[in-house]
Amino acid sequence: MTRTPHKSSNRIQRRPFVADLLARRGEALVVPGLGSPTWDCFAAGDCAEYLYSWGGMGLAVPTALGVALAQPSRRVLCVTGDGELMMGIGSLAVVADQAPDNLAILVLDNESFGETGRQRGLTSNRADLAAVGKAFGLKTTRTITDAGALPELADFLFRAPGPVLAVAKIAITEDPWRLPQKDGATIAFRFRRALGLEDA
Amino acid sequence: MRGSSNWSEDVLRAIEARKITTVCTIPDGGLTQLLKLIETHKSVRLVTLSTEEEGVGIATGCWLGGGRAMLAMQSSGVGNCINALGLPAAFRAPCLLLVTMRGQWGEFNPWQVPMGQAVRPALEAVGVKCYPVDRAEEIGETFAAAADFAFNSRVSAAVLIAQRVIGAKGFGQK
Repeated sequence: MTRTPHKSSNRIQRRPFVADLLARRGEALVVPGLGSPTWDCFAAGDCAEYLYSWGGMGLAVPTALGVALAQPSRRVLCVTGDGELMMGIGSLAVVADQAPDNLAILVLDNESFGETGRQRGLTSNRADLAAVGKAFGLKTTRTITDAGALPELADFLFRAPGPVLAVAKIAITEDPWRLPQKDGATIAFRFRRALGLEDA
Repeated sequence: MRGSSNWSEDVLRAIEARKITTVCTIPDGGLTQLLKLIETHKSVRLVTLSTEEEGVGIATGCWLGGGRAMLAMQSSGVGNCINALGLPAAFRAPCLLLVTMRGQWGEFNPWQVPMGQAVRPALEAVGVKCYPVDRAEEIGETFAAAADFAFNSRVSAAVLIAQRVIGAKGFGQK
């Protein structure tokens, strides 16, 4: 079967899209998954309130759920990819079951395994992540394909009663490498210190 | 401090004393009483998972956010957690596991044996300190020590409750 990758320019470009979104985050804590979501957040401007990840594929949503349960007064945004979410798809059911009203999930869906050679992903054909999230019982879910929806998306992700899920269909792009700190202990310490949990 | 033979109550007291407020689980028969106590507890939240490794992520995220969580599961679930345990290791975050063992003492189901036998070497291979315990009255103090070790030293620890304590039985037996 032939496949046409979404390289066209009318698709959402992940780097400016994430940067624009994070500029509107207010006090929200951000939990990006491994790989490109982490690079995107770092490229938008380094921040101690971003919990960067370099591993543990499939665990962005559970990690963000843990943060959301421990910080009920803070909004928590998980930024993940289609491949990572598919690996931990059941975690959406756990989120729906716990129903934290402060948790939002954004899937940057390029329908491919971007880090490893752009192999075709499972959302490129029939799978609909927003429909899966809705069926699991998430409060509200939506799919966006147009960068013009960003102001409304920011409002949804940072203010709508959670748990909410948005799937952004994005272009496959060649972005410059922007790699944050990779020592996990340093990332963790910095994140916890920003929450007032560590001295020094 | 020796515990009673009701180890579930001993573990719950240790959970309360250490301010662990979230227990993630895929249930096991051996955990029935403990999970029942937690399900109705006013200050400890039970999080039912779809697969055990989610609990590693949730526990790690909870700690990063200033809370304390743990994961309770059957030995077969340990296999699902191995890659995930790299997450707390990388963050230097604690991850506390309570495991009821299968595949060892009088096991009737051969499908439980490979993973049951691999639990301790697999956990140790990814840097998790293991605390095996095979007497009911020692489970509470062992769990307490493992929890203190994990949260104070910011490492992962697993309490492995021997099948000898839980008892082996076949289907249809009560």
